[in-house]
Amino acid sequence: MSDTTAGPARTRRVVIIHPLVVRLTHWVNAVALVMMVSSGWQIYNASPLLPFEFPAWATLGGWLGAGIAWHLAAMWLLVGNAAIYFAYGLGGRHFMRSFLPLTPRTVLRDLREALALRLQHKLGTYNAVQRLLYIVVLLLGVAALVSGLALWKPVQLQLVDDLLGGYPTVRWIHFGAMTGIVLFVVVHLVLVALVPKTLPAMITGRATTAVEPEELRP
Amino acid sequence: MTDHTPEARAERRALLETLQPRLEGVGRRTLLRQGLSLGALTMLSGCNLADGDAVDRVLLAMSRFNDRVQAALFSRTRLAPTYAASRITRPFPFNAFYPIDNAPDLDEDDWKLEVSGLVSDRTPWTVQRLRALPQRSQITRLICVEGWSAIGQWSGVPFSRFLHEVGADTTARYVGFKCADRYYSSIDMQSALHPQTIMALDFENKPLPTGFGYPMRLRIPTKLGFKNPKFIAAVFVTNTYPGGYWEDQGYNWFSGS
Repeated sequence: MSDTTAGPARTRRVVIIHPLVVRLTHWVNAVALVMMVSSGWQIYNASPLLPFEFPAWATLGGWLGAGIAWHLAAMWLLVGNAAIYFAYGLGGRHFMRSFLPLTPRTVLRDLREALALRLQHKLGTYNAVQRLLYIVVLLLGVAALVSGLALWKPVQLQLVDDLLGGYPTVRWIHFGAMTGIVLFVVVHLVLVALVPKTLPAMITGRATTAVEPEELRP
Repeated sequence: MTDHTPEARAERRALLETLQPRLEGVGRRTLLRQGLSLGALTMLSGCNLADGDAVDRVLLAMSRFNDRVQAALFSRTRLAPTYAASRITRPFPFNAFYPIDNAPDLDEDDWKLEVSGLVSDRTPWTVQRLRALPQRSQITRLICVEGWSAIGQWSGVPFSRFLHEVGADTTARYVGFKCADRYYSSIDMQSALHPQTIMALDFENKPLPTGFGYPMRLRIPTKLGFKNPKFIAAVFVTNTYPGGYWEDQGYNWFSGS
């Protein structure tokens, strides 16, 4: 995973912290997610669940018919991309390496440190709070997909609708999953703004890290 | 969940074939009739959006692809869920492209159902003749493309029975509907022959209320609400894609549930 830069006595090295598959699926997902959420808001506005509508500028399509067309076209991009990512993450042990181990104790510890602004960001390694949030948002993605399919095919997939509490309840689940994912994205973007060096790393995959002296010893 | 009997496979293949002609051509151009929002323009500023046609073409191609996926998922033997009478939504919402006061107020004695296209008997139908056929009653959920849904009870003639009565060519691709309120729509033959697809005459055991399609509407619980045309004046069987009021503006044609 890491290659030491040429030259002796160097205490910095370039490491690949984000594999190519992860970077590609990350950015395809970013585009697909914006399409899904903004067209989903367009569809929501046709029959709001709560006493508010999403502003027109944040919606995609311009009217319900086009919103649905966008939603059910981008769906294939999102699902195809997610299939590659999950196959890589589960099959290639990427999830295991990146998100585990994870214990409530480490989450609480890292959360306290983060809130006290003492938590150092180490490129290439996720702290316990990040691990938890990434796992949660992946599960929210699964919930959004399953509830979305149940909304699209409430007769053909009626078993799924039944298990989730029936069609009107599934709408709430889909809305809730979207809300959770959007909140994640907000936090995600705020953290990127606070630690800007994470952005080029997600594009090139590379990060230059200072090497601790003890790490250089054989 | 997919039915693998030879009959079911043959049905699915037939359904896929019905969709084939639509994959070539048929220029529905009005999907983005109100244009893209500012948000969309910001997001896709790198794409050619000057005319919107390229985006339209991709979206319509995907919509047709989704027609095919839905046809493959459809099963003529899988029934829509039915509910107890206590679950019926009251009051049942009215929805159309016009306010309820503009709904046609038809007279049963003047009403005639025209039948045309690939059928052997084009004799127009009266309500009395339809009521003389076997009736079927069901309590199902109507799901609107807008997202809301409501449970109602509809009774009437199984549509497959009616198609049999008029000697329809059930190998044809489409069944089209023309309505007294200038609405029009069409469905695939496989969905038309589904046992829960009925020509509804009654709503909660009384003739359909004025705003709900009196004297006859299609009730097809395997499709979204807008595929359930009201105030039907003409039924035709055809191999030429008939489109629909909303479908021609960009709603997904199959719109199966």
